[in-house]
Amino acid sequence: MDIFIQQIINGLVLGSIYALVALGYTMVYGIMGLINFAHGEVVMIGAMVALFVIKALAGLPVFVTLPLALAAAAGVCMAVGFTIERVAYRPLRRAPKLAPLITAIGVSIILQNLAMLIWGRNYHAFPPILPTSDHEIFGATITSLQIVIIVIAALMMAGLTLLVQRTRLGRAMRATSENPPIAQLMGVNINQIISATFVIGSALAAVAGLMVSANYSIAHYYMGFMLGLKAFTAAVLGGIGNLAGAMLGGILLGIIESLGAGYIGDLTGGFLGSHYQDIFAFFVLIGVLIFRPSGLIGERIAERA
Amino acid sequence: MLEVTGLRVAYGGIQAVRGITFHVEQGEMVALIGANGAGKTSTLKALSRLLNASGGSVRYCGKEISALAPHQLVAEGIALVPEGRGVFPRMSIVENLLMGAYSRRDKEGIAADTKHVFSLFPRLKERAQQLAGTLSGGEQQMLAIGRALMSRPKLLLLDEPSMGLAPLMVQKIFEVVCTVAKEGMTVLLVEQNAKLALEVSQRGYVMESGEITLTDDAKSLLANPKVREAYLGE
Repeated sequence: MDIFIQQIINGLVLGSIYALVALGYTMVYGIMGLINFAHGEVVMIGAMVALFVIKALAGLPVFVTLPLALAAAAGVCMAVGFTIERVAYRPLRRAPKLAPLITAIGVSIILQNLAMLIWGRNYHAFPPILPTSDHEIFGATITSLQIVIIVIAALMMAGLTLLVQRTRLGRAMRATSENPPIAQLMGVNINQIISATFVIGSALAAVAGLMVSANYSIAHYYMGFMLGLKAFTAAVLGGIGNLAGAMLGGILLGIIESLGAGYIGDLTGGFLGSHYQDIFAFFVLIGVLIFRPSGLIGERIAERA
Repeated sequence: MLEVTGLRVAYGGIQAVRGITFHVEQGEMVALIGANGAGKTSTLKALSRLLNASGGSVRYCGKEISALAPHQLVAEGIALVPEGRGVFPRMSIVENLLMGAYSRRDKEGIAADTKHVFSLFPRLKERAQQLAGTLSGGEQQMLAIGRALMSRPKLLLLDEPSMGLAPLMVQKIFEVVCTVAKEGMTVLLVEQNAKLALEVSQRGYVMESGEITLTDDAKSLLANPKVREAYLGE
């Protein structure tokens, strides 16, 4: 029972991070029908920038370094997201869908290699930013850092929901996602809306990058690849194009993975260990694609004419 | 107010609009009638910049607008009610109306105009928070017209507002269009229902295979034997 609750807590932490990244995939898909496979790399860049700001400011109190690291990471990622769309995707707006998809993979490779050139191939230890104090609930432990991750992720998701549901920009984003030509007739400059979508998604990615590195105490130029795939899985699980779906899918996937990792040893009689954690995401992806391609709360997507 | 000269629209090699010339004066309601496939909708799409014209000029209030982006037209005072209505199905009625007012920033004016639209279409007021996708075809048409009015246009382009609607609903919608026109709106009305369109308009153009073949004031067109035979089923 202790293990169960512990794994649920770990899953919530992991799931909050997946959810933030999944939102970036789902927002871009909802507006332009593109799967931005470079999004995982934006998360990695966020982690790397945050890491180097924190290292550079070592010795200062955490309430100074953390906001600065977050701001720097978000700023760089927003610029990167904006540039990716402008340079790589906008020229392909009217191209067949395969072209931007392949371009996305290309952008991903370019960003990985740039990161490798800038920050090297080594794993970087992420310094502890919060005092490692443990709290006990229901016989399981949760660290201060984990609480902070869950709270910040929840706040960001609530903020995004308010933005999309209540503001003029959010309405324009939804209108563009429903019917781009008609949105234009209303006076919406679609290029601006698409740029805004990339910038917002990238800011969420930056926060997620800082969180995941702090949580695992490690950052690496290749970390965005697996994280991106899993967040994409989470978006598909919830129903890609649907914001609530991305949040639900992220949390669920985190919990599935944690429970899977916690029990895989018992289930296979010790044959497979918890380092097989990653296989669960892909079982989920395959399962969803076979049995419920529209996702848990997504609508059935008919190919748009 | 609107002067179209030699407008051409082509899809690939196929000429849908073959160099048409027409004009709409301030305060007028003008009908553009013709059979399915005559090029009426292509004309409106070219005017609203959803399609690129392959030739000709479109002058609005003396300004050439054929090179503007579609989202810039609202600011010029042109609003299109598209064929098939084009409401945002997963947004509420109020949100659809707010999208119509997207180009505006005056909160009080927007609130006043929302009230005005609700007074024109009381049906919409009853369903204000309902998602547009759950409305009937006629209600969606009301919403599409209301949404277009929310930008306070000077020129209203209506594409087949009667299409697919029950006669009673068509009547209601045309009553509102006439009310709006009487309040001083300039209207270009594209319709397959020639009788209805000519009855409410001052002038009309008849379009056939991408060309304008006939033009006159609406009463004369209604009495014209050729029009009666081809479009009024007599």
